Amino acid sequence: MADQQAKDVVVGPIFSNNPIALQVLGICSALAVTTKLETSVVMCLAVIVVLVLSNLFVSLIRKFIPGSIRIIVQMTIIASLVICVEQILQAFAYEISTTMSVFVGLIITNCIVMGRAEAYAMKNPPTWSMLDGLGNGLGYSLILIVVGIFRELLGSGKLWGYQVLSLSSEGGWYVPNGLMLLSPSAFFIIGLTIWAIRTWKPDQVETES
Amino acid sequence: MLEHYASIALKSIFVENLALSFFLGMCTFLAISKNVKTATGLGGAVIVIMGITIPANNLIYTYLLRPGALAWISDNYAAFDLTFLGLISYIGVIAAMVQILEMTLDRYFPALYHSLGIFLPLITVNCAILGGSLFMVERDYNFPESVVYGLGAGFGWALAIMALAGIREKMKYSDVPDGLKGLGITFIVVGLMALAFMSFGGI
Repeated sequence: MADQQAKDVVVGPIFSNNPIALQVLGICSALAVTTKLETSVVMCLAVIVVLVLSNLFVSLIRKFIPGSIRIIVQMTIIASLVICVEQILQAFAYEISTTMSVFVGLIITNCIVMGRAEAYAMKNPPTWSMLDGLGNGLGYSLILIVVGIFRELLGSGKLWGYQVLSLSSEGGWYVPNGLMLLSPSAFFIIGLTIWAIRTWKPDQVETES
Repeated sequence: MLEHYASIALKSIFVENLALSFFLGMCTFLAISKNVKTATGLGGAVIVIMGITIPANNLIYTYLLRPGALAWISDNYAAFDLTFLGLISYIGVIAAMVQILEMTLDRYFPALYHSLGIFLPLITVNCAILGGSLFMVERDYNFPESVVYGLGAGFGWALAIMALAGIREKMKYSDVPDGLKGLGITFIVVGLMALAFMSFGGI
């Protein structure tokens, strides 16, 4: 029983309750870093780490946080974690951290982190909260990596920096689609991904709007 | 000189629109754009908050956090570099400013307060505001530049959300495929808007 529940908590947010596709959370900071697969993956790892740890800490002290200042307390925990992640990235992956510029810092205002702390970690014991953080982090990563793959493959014919499709400018056959490197394409790809998920799971279709 | 400020303003409103070219503030952008009236209220609140917090954060960065910024206290402190405390102080300033603005409006402009009411607390977690502060630091703006940038960026965001709300109001009359209804089509509309805004790049 407990195993089943744990599986639901982790796997649920990936497809059936995806934080980006269904709950519309956390789109803010992430999309600008998806022009390459590599930066997308680094961003995903950073978010997963912050999400798991912030859920853990919020859940550990949930009984001592007064209701009226809980937002500030959560903000402080999240901000401290993000500062740690940022410092680590600058120390060990300087190149990547410069291309991501301000977007690592913006994990603080990533609504997923706040949303999970508020909605789940405040009410549940630490272990479950960590699993929930992991699940939501993975759901977020799924969308980010899908977008990253499409944008890098179609935009510059590469995957993870390696040339996959040979470019026409270098005697190959593929003409790179410059639009994919620009911001609008991320919106189109997410829109289409949502369409795909909702065609597969029709119960997510919005009835009104 | 004036041209310099005008170019910062134009750039922050159109070319580097926070919502459409940096994807900032998307959560609120998508959630509160169902009708023009609320979108306008939220846009106004964002302009005010950005106009105040970005210059305030600029002062904090210049006089407290920058490497060597503490030299004005005494030479002993000149070696300190507190940049790593940046994120936590900016978010603190933003949360405090939102709170102060809320109380001021409640006291002196109750009508405006009631029309904005629910949106004010939401603004604390709006990535556009924190993003604006971080871009200001990254681009090394001085104080007057940061005032212009703050107001411009806020105005650009407000413009984008009002335009999106207008389009979504009209969308009620169109026949969208089932799976694309709501969120899906909104993303595609935002993508098209971003494409349109890119044509300002030549200015």
